[in-house]
Amino acid sequence: MKNFIQFFLIICFTGLLLFAAMDLPYRGEAGNQMNRETSITGTEVPGNYYVQEAYNDAHTNNMVTVVLGDYRSVDTLGEQIVIFTAGMICFLLLRKHEEEEE
Amino acid sequence: MVDFVLGHYAYWFTIILLAIGLYGMLIKDNLVKKTIGLSIFQTGVILFFVSIASKWGATVPVKSDEFPVTEVANYMNPLPHTLMLTAIVVGVATLGVAFALLITIYNRYETLNEQELLEKIQ
Amino acid sequence: MKKRVASPIVLLGSRLLSPYIMLFGLYVIFHGHYSPGGGFQGGTLLAASLLLIRISSGRRISRIQFSDYLTTPLAVIGVLIYFGTGLTALLAGGYFLDYGQLPIPGLDAPDLRYWGILIIELGIGLTVMAVLVSIFDDMIRGED
Repeated sequence: MKNFIQFFLIICFTGLLLFAAMDLPYRGEAGNQMNRETSITGTEVPGNYYVQEAYNDAHTNNMVTVVLGDYRSVDTLGEQIVIFTAGMICFLLLRKHEEEEE
Repeated sequence: MVDFVLGHYAYWFTIILLAIGLYGMLIKDNLVKKTIGLSIFQTGVILFFVSIASKWGATVPVKSDEFPVTEVANYMNPLPHTLMLTAIVVGVATLGVAFALLITIYNRYETLNEQELLEKIQ
Repeated sequence: MKKRVASPIVLLGSRLLSPYIMLFGLYVIFHGHYSPGGGFQGGTLLAASLLLIRISSGRRISRIQFSDYLTTPLAVIGVLIYFGTGLTALLAGGYFLDYGQLPIPGLDAPDLRYWGILIIELGIGLTVMAVLVSIFDDMIRGED
């Protein structure tokens, strides 16, 4: 009985996702909202600036590196601290057990 | 119809991955298998982000001399790639935290089965 | 943990493979400005080359190559490189993490940003490598 409810949940979830995917645009077409040069309200999307000015700002060919390291550098600092914290959590969790045994 | 299915093919694979991940998280009793399901679910989300960033007729966001950067249609949007780049590595690190917690649970309760664990905790 | 007998063939194969993976990791970090790559991917490759030796040879041999006491200080150094770069730019009169104000003489703002990005990528690579190796070491230690 419990398994039946769980399978029902999975089928409902998959059906919901399929229903949502019907309305999505075809993959990779230039007219998609993701690839347009203006947002819904008519302002320019940041992707335009990233593509056009990345080389002039940092003399770096790889735009992903410029976005990662320069425009969104505070975000990347946060991610790095998350990774560091994850390492410290593993260290503290597993070292504590070792000390208890001794 | 064929056009519809082929045009959305990236989304079908995303949905398959998300369904497999949810199956692993809900049905399986072993906590390690649940964690693997969580990881597969995360992979589905990452695949979705990368697939919506693609653009026909455009190249990867690395500046080359053949394509002038003044024309935005020549290059894909670099923002989703950047976000997923960090999400993958952070996902690996948090997976490590999950497994460290599982090792701690196993050392204390000697089991990873969810039902047995609930009985032992009570 | 059960005592494992190290297979000489596996050890030889991973010894052959590990330096090339490490070199490719360094290439991915330093060539990240011109091709897909950067600190996250390169750090993961460096960690892969260290973990290959760790898995194939056991703890005693791998400790000679990369001691497990080194991981936490290296992760801290990586975070400090990133944070220190931002703080240097702040002290030199710009905003936090504004590499255009880094006090390196003889370069204009775009070139300074180029070098600033390279420095922080090194910090990211160091942290990612150290943390991945440290997670593996902690798990091995928690098992037995």
